[in-house]
Order: sequence, then C-alpha cells, then structure tokens
Amino acid sequence: MSSNRSVLGLIFSNMHESTIPDLTKERTMGSVLFGGRYRLIDFPLSNMVNSGIDEVGVITKSNYQSLLDHLGSGSEWDLARKIGGLHLLPPFSHVQSGMYRGRLEALYGVWNFIKTSNADYVVLSDCDVITSIDFSKVVDYHIETGADITTVYAKDVITSEQAQNATVFSINDDGRVVDVLLNPHISGACNISLNMFVLSKEFLKNIVLEAASKSLYSFEQAILQGRTHEYKIMAYRHDGFFCKITSMETFYKANMSLLNSDNRSKLFPENSPVFTKVRDNPPAKFAIGASVKNSLIGDGCIIEGTVENCVIFRGVKIGKGAVVKNSILMQDTVIGAKCDINNVITDKNVKIGDMRMLTGSQNYPLFLGKGAVI
Amino acid sequence: MYTTKKECVAMLLAGGQGSRLYALTHDMAKPAVPYGGKYRIIDFPLSNCVNSGIDTVGVLTQYQPLVLHDYIGNGQPWDLDKQYGGAHCLPPYQTALGAEWYKGTANAIYQNIAFVDRYDPDYVVILSGDHVYKMDYNKMLEFHKKKEADATIAVQTVTLEEATRLGIMTANEEDVITEFEEKPKHPKSTLASMGIYIFTWSKLKQYLIENENNPDEDKDFGKAIIPNMLNAGEKLVAYPFEGYWRDVGTLDSLWEANMDLLNPNIPIDLYDPEWKMYSRNPIMPPQYIGADAVIENSMVTDGCNVNGTVDFSILFEGVTVEAGATVTDSIIMPGSVIKSGAIVEYAIVGENCVVESGAQIGARPETIENRDDWGIAVVGHNINVSANAKVLPKQIISENI
Repeated sequence: MSSNRSVLGLIFSNMHESTIPDLTKERTMGSVLFGGRYRLIDFPLSNMVNSGIDEVGVITKSNYQSLLDHLGSGSEWDLARKIGGLHLLPPFSHVQSGMYRGRLEALYGVWNFIKTSNADYVVLSDCDVITSIDFSKVVDYHIETGADITTVYAKDVITSEQAQNATVFSINDDGRVVDVLLNPHISGACNISLNMFVLSKEFLKNIVLEAASKSLYSFEQAILQGRTHEYKIMAYRHDGFFCKITSMETFYKANMSLLNSDNRSKLFPENSPVFTKVRDNPPAKFAIGASVKNSLIGDGCIIEGTVENCVIFRGVKIGKGAVVKNSILMQDTVIGAKCDINNVITDKNVKIGDMRMLTGSQNYPLFLGKGAVI
Repeated sequence: MYTTKKECVAMLLAGGQGSRLYALTHDMAKPAVPYGGKYRIIDFPLSNCVNSGIDTVGVLTQYQPLVLHDYIGNGQPWDLDKQYGGAHCLPPYQTALGAEWYKGTANAIYQNIAFVDRYDPDYVVILSGDHVYKMDYNKMLEFHKKKEADATIAVQTVTLEEATRLGIMTANEEDVITEFEEKPKHPKSTLASMGIYIFTWSKLKQYLIENENNPDEDKDFGKAIIPNMLNAGEKLVAYPFEGYWRDVGTLDSLWEANMDLLNPNIPIDLYDPEWKMYSRNPIMPPQYIGADAVIENSMVTDGCNVNGTVDFSILFEGVTVEAGATVTDSIIMPGSVIKSGAIVEYAIVGENCVVESGAQIGARPETIENRDDWGIAVVGHNINVSANAKVLPKQIISENI
C-alpha cells in the first residue's frame, strides 16, 4: 500500500457454492480447483497480498477441510505472520446455530476478529471471480470519492442464465450506484458486481451491528439494495480480464479461456504472481510418442498420449495412445491407454481404465466426481 | 519428542567453486547450479537428509554464496525450518584470533565443531553438494552401527579410468577397508568413495583437531583424515551403494546427468512418491504448450511457454521456446528465451539468456567431421546470443555475442 493506512482483507470462502454443486459437494467454493494448479481462493488471496494487504481473514461455513489443508499457515502467500497474517474463521456459534444465512450475519459472527484489527479499511471479496486486481487502487478510489461503500464492477455481456447469479448495478455519471438488481431476469450488456467491496471499518461496524439487531443478513438486499439512496455507494470499474463462475458451463469456459495467451498475461502479470500451495511435483514429462497442442500442463504430469485444448492439473497421467481433447483433468487423474476423452471434466483422483471412450457436449461437459473409477 | 540431542547431524560441503563448470559457476557455487528442470544440485542431498529422518543440516558455503544462501533461506522448502535443528548456512567467520577461509573439506568441519557440538550427536554424516543420487542415509547409519565402525564410506564400483579421479579403496569380505588411496595413478581396485561419510562424532572430532594441529597435512578428508584413521587402526568400513549416483562436476557430466532423467532405463525416478525430491518452487502459472508445438521425450515445468519443437530436452521454469525455434538434446535453464528460427542442439543454455532468431547453438555430433571437435556447447547465465550468431560445439560463451 502506498500510504500508511492499514487494510484488512476478508474472503468469503463459501459464497456461490450452489452454482457448481458438483464441484462443491466436498469442498468450499474457495477450494474449487482451477487453471491447472490453483484453487479459486488463490486469486482473491494473492490479489490482497499483492495489493499490500498483510492481514486477511477467511470466513468459512462448512466443508472447509480442503480449504484448511490448502491454506495451512498461509506461508505460501507470505501470510504466516506474527503481526497480521492469515486468520481462518470457521463458523462461530455466536449467531443462530453458527450457520450464517448471508454476508452480514457472517461478518457479525466474526466481529470479534474484525474488532481487534487495527485496520482503517476493510476489503471484502468472494471466490467466484477470477481476476488480477490491485485493491490498493480501489481503496484509493474509495477514499477519494468519500464513499460509504465502494463496489467493484465490470462491464460485461451476460446470458440470462449468468444473470441468475449476478448483482447488476445502474450507475450514474458520477460513478454512484443508483439502482441494484439481484439475480435479474435480463441478458445483454450490463454492469455486474464482481463481489468485491471496500468500506471503512467504522462504517462496516455500523451496518453489521445494526443489521444484527434487525435480523438482516443479506448485504446485497439489506444494504446495497435497501440503502441505495441513503448511502453513498460508489462503483469502481475493473477493466482487466476476469471470469465469473456461475455454473459448470462458465467454470469450463473460464478454464478454457486460459488457453488464450492474452488472457493469461492479464491474469498472471509478472509483478503480480498468483500464489498457491506447493506440491513438490517433479516437472511434467512428455514421453516419446506424446503430442500436446494448445494446453496448460501442471507439474508432475506424465503424458504419453495426445492432448489438445485441455487444462491438465498437477500429477495427471495420460496413457499411451490416449487422445484427450477439450477437457479439464484435475489433480492426479489417470487416463488409461488408448482412451478417447472429449469435453470431460474430471475431479481429483479420477481413474479411467484403458480403451474407454467418454464424450460430453461443449455446453454441457461430462463431469466425473472426485475419486470416480471407470 | 522434544530433545536437544540429535543422534545424527549432516554437514554438507557446498563451498566448492566447481571450476570445471566454467561459465555456469561464474556467479554461483556448484551446488546452486540448476539440474533436472526444477531443482538445484543441492536439493538432492538436502531431500535425502529429510527423507532419511535427518533434520539438522549444516551447509558449509564459501565460494559465491549469494544464490545458494538465498535458495536455502530458512530451509522451509525441505521442511528444515525447525525450532531446534534445521538447515543452517555456515560460511567462514571471524574469530578473536583472526579470520580464515575454509582451507579444505576437513578444515571446514573443524571450524564448525561448535555447531555440531550444540546438538551433541553420536554420528555425523558428511555430504557433498555436487552429486545427484537418492540415498537413505539412515540405512547407511544402521550399517555403520552394525559394523561398529568408526567411519563408514559409501562406495560404488567404477571403471578403471574413473578410478584415477576418485578416492579408491580395498575392502575385505567383512567390508572393512584395508587400503585407501586418493586419485591413484594406478588404481588397485575399482571401489570408489562417493564422498559420503558417516563418522562417529567423538572420533572424527579427535582426528579433525589432530589434523588441524599438524601444519604439514592437507586439511582434507580424502588426503588426510581417512588415511590417518586407517593408519591409526580405526575401523573403517565400505558401504556398498547400488543405486544411481552421478557426479555433476563437469559440463559433460552435468549434461549427461540431465539426459539420464529422460532415459526410462536409468534408475533415477523423480516421480517416486516414497522418495520425493524437494526444491524451492517458483511462483509461476502452469506451462503452456501452444498449437504449433511439437514436444516429445522432454521435461518441462511451470511458467514455460512452448510453441516450437522440443525433443530430448529439459526446460526449467519460465523458459520460452517460440514457434519455429528448435531445441533438441539440450538443457535450457530458468527464464531463457529461444526465439523463432533459433536452433539449440546438444547444448546447455544458462539462466535468463536470450537466443535471438536465426542463432545456432551447438550441433549434432554426426554433422561434425572430426568427432574430437564435437562436444556440448555452453552459454553462461544472463547472455544474449544475437541474431544469426553461432556457438560451436565445445564452445563456452560467457559474454554476449
């Protein structure tokens, strides 16, 4: 951060899980695998660290074992700190049964943590948007405009299906949010929320404590929508490359969009690395007879067959004579010899025997759950 | 269980210059030289230590230690960041009596007796940072204990020709060493020291002090400590090691040891989950293999961008091979860029080099008339090879051309 102001990051690891139920059955949204070697939480977390935020709380709700395993002490993000650092915030039984219903309740549940932070500002982020963003600029904008709340948005053309999991803003010429639509029945060009917000800690305190006393739990409904005109809600436009996960189809497309080198250079700028858990895999090995085109390959893979237009995660093995196209193979998937695989997503540790043929369709990839054996 | 005593402490000799690696060790010590796509040579002894249950490692550094110190850091990548023990870099230091460089392998340990004594170990394993191998030091330690030895030397059978460059010994059927000769002109045996020793610490300490007090002696294990112990009638035993072991002290052996990783018939398996090799991992996106790429029989790691032809080669992190570039039988170290139309054959290209379009580095042996003129071409670190420039086989480039 440029100035001496201090900023606390808060990541909601469970939001939007219902959009990809297959992938979040046994894990949080934040621990969904993405892009050959990442988990979704790596993006907001790395963005925060790269923006100079060195105190981050990760709010969880359920299914968080894989998340805890992934984050560990936070050392891979340089967040294993004495001062600040990474704080995992599992549900606290203060509110209801500990299972929050919305963002405000979740914040109230971890209020004791937020309270003890010395931060002046708080950056909130979900894990459904994959992008590279400098939060320090958003905080600058927040301060300059004297906003109560700053929300990050992007201009995008969305389908009606994508709109079903979107917050859409109407913004006036001054950049102020004047109308908020939640999951609207629309399609086309619009200003969609990237589910990242900046508030001063003081302001956050006021709305969280007030909401608790009124049993309000949804930040979007009660605050963004309910107080649009009362509060000064400013919109910060983010122009960079981004993907928003709203369904299995968008998840598939988001992975495939990384095969474009332009997108990759925007998501992985040199001065803003994306950190993730180290697995100590050896390099990927391409055997005699291998043929690989237009694909991302993680370390530790052994590829003996043909791979085209794929995202292949760490430790995947592809047998001799196998042909894998347009697919996403997650960590430690094994594809047997002479298989024919097209438009398939395999979760971790899927094993496919020799000479199998599996085909999904382009807008509905075939999904094989964690540990499936075929 | 928390205890301040360690049964066995490792001392890793990593101060050597590795002058026979020429341009590659100009700015870094030999143990820091990249190997195997995402490792540095020192990852092998360090990972072996951790996998063998040795959690206290003194790394003796002297020559160009910056890269090495930076790489080892607090030892975290090898799980050697410990409350007590762990990895410690030990460069030479000043004392009340003055300051001295390490005058030899034995002197380096002598100067760090206080470090070893802190852990009150029964045994010390002495390792060198210029070999590639996977070895369970714990098995060797069990052997040392079973034989009630004062010193155990790991040995391998080598050719007579190799024997002239190594410490050679004769052992009886009980594995007890009867003779030892450092780099003999006329070797009497082909049993070679691998430069891996286990000593009973009290004994070693005694011989280190005696060696130090004798101004006429070399301060070296092979030349002084081992012969002295043998002459004094101490029990030295040879521990036969069958697995893959390679000295990577020359450009040819470094190139060959890398190529061994691509040969399925050579037993150095980096993919064995039971004996993982650890390293400080780069923070880079996964490698991208482009639509025009032709890639076979190679190892490639994170951050690489391959759009050209790569065959029988090893690319380290962040290497770019543009469309129309060819890399065969070569090693490209981290961050280098091979531009379109460049050809790299039988070569080692150092870190962060740029090989411009149309440049040619190295050549296939069959294209050279006189085979004696053929050898690996080497480009040092941070070098620009300009368009259409040529680096001939056997040539070593340490400045931009």
